[in-house]
Amino acid sequence: MKIKAKMKRDMAVVKVLAKHPMETGLRKDKKTNEVIPAKFIKELVCTHNGNVVFHADFGRAVSKNPYVSFSFAAGKKGDIVTMTWTDNTDETLAVEAPIK
Amino acid sequence: MKGLTCLSAILLGSLLASAPSYADPQSDNDDIRAFFQKRFPKLELADFSDGVYAINQNAREQWEEIEEFPPYEDAVDEGMVLFETPFANGKSYASCFPNDGIGIKQDYPKFDTETGQVITIEYAINHCRTSNDEAALPYGQGELAYVSAYMASTSRDNIINITIPDDERALAAYEAGKKMFYERRGQLNMACATCHISSAGAQLRAEITSPALGHTTHFPAFRFAWDDMGTLQKRYAGCNTQVRAKPFALQSEEYRNLEYFHTHMANGLPINGPGSRK
Amino acid sequence: MREKRRLLLKGLIGFTTMAAAMTAMPRLAMAKWSKAFDNASVEGALTDLYGDAALTTDDAITLKVPEIAENGAVVPVTVKTKMANVTNISIFADKNPQPLAASFTLPEGTASEVSIRIRLGETQVVKAVVEADGKLYTTEKEVKVTIGGCGG
Repeated sequence: MKIKAKMKRDMAVVKVLAKHPMETGLRKDKKTNEVIPAKFIKELVCTHNGNVVFHADFGRAVSKNPYVSFSFAAGKKGDIVTMTWTDNTDETLAVEAPIK
Repeated sequence: MKGLTCLSAILLGSLLASAPSYADPQSDNDDIRAFFQKRFPKLELADFSDGVYAINQNAREQWEEIEEFPPYEDAVDEGMVLFETPFANGKSYASCFPNDGIGIKQDYPKFDTETGQVITIEYAINHCRTSNDEAALPYGQGELAYVSAYMASTSRDNIINITIPDDERALAAYEAGKKMFYERRGQLNMACATCHISSAGAQLRAEITSPALGHTTHFPAFRFAWDDMGTLQKRYAGCNTQVRAKPFALQSEEYRNLEYFHTHMANGLPINGPGSRK
Repeated sequence: MREKRRLLLKGLIGFTTMAAAMTAMPRLAMAKWSKAFDNASVEGALTDLYGDAALTTDDAITLKVPEIAENGAVVPVTVKTKMANVTNISIFADKNPQPLAASFTLPEGTASEVSIRIRLGETQVVKAVVEADGKLYTTEKEVKVTIGGCGG
């Protein structure tokens, strides 16, 4: 997951690129003709100082390597934001980044 | 941008009919530059490095948004690791190139007077490998494209400077490349020049065609269509296939000569690769 | 490093995040997520997500989408509004097999502006819905998606 968190005036602006195939489960492997199993992020959450500041629920139409951008007021330079995703197979990943 | 003006139609008609029988690379560049600056008067020379994104605002905006996290970054990172990893014999890519391979992309392709042929950077990468007892990598994509992407990234902003030595074989290679560029081929009977000079900027089915001037500055490129990094010659093969012509082999003499002509056209423009493109 | 972190966190964070996330998710419980995101119609997904509330078209919502998608697999979408008390923004693509693309829960202090990249299978209407003060507002725009031509 690539995270860019920067103060812009009084808001912390966060841009995230998660690495994930976002396989919809609707595609077939061209060679074997078998359905490629669904594997996509369902939920992407940002926490700061223990509070959830952003919560995204994704469907199958979110692009591979999902990108989101949002901003919140409580962040200050030097604070840590934590981005966590959970996918449909219950795999999860959490990455921290400082607000610059 | 609906049609050609009478004058440019005549000029291009004559160019398409037959390439001049003498080769004067500098005046070729002057003519092409004059043509494109007339067609796109608002563009500076360096703007042509952005291709379609310099002439279509809708496409440019989306490209700029995607560039927030450039799609080519991972390929460049991987390319750097590959570039810096020594071969089994202890040597590395740096030993095969001037300046240790850093910041040299703007000089390629080169005409090698010893072997009498055009050397592209990809050709040189594989030559480095085989000279050091490593297996050659497949051309077009994958590790070879990643190494090329890394080398291009170290050359960003350097001004393209393709030289044609005073050697009639070099001039012949340039001329062969130019001939190929202007020659119609395939079932659709189109030349590179058809879309990228005569119709540059026009809407061709669902696409806006890019000007040939500046094409090579951003290769190798991460193309959305490939969802991966790929080389200029991989695109040549794709374009040839799209006009239903049989493509040449990657790094064949034909494509290397074409790349020589095509890159020489971009002399004076900055390298902005590797880039991300449609 | 990434792999280690993933394994370490898999069990632990998964549970705590889910728990934390659920308390901050006034709109969606797990069962509702499935329904809304699996629903094959815009109207159905809207009902699953928001119940039977009425939608009012409002141009105080700015929906930024390209006129012609450069790449149908990666279409940038931004929704923003200056309305007060926005609690949720969601995005629908009316011709996709499951139109609901994403739903954003915005706690107090989070700006009512989100950007995302979505897949559009064909030319269609992208619809943004904003929930503010318990009411629903919407705006929409068509995005042309081309396949073929010589760039492909």
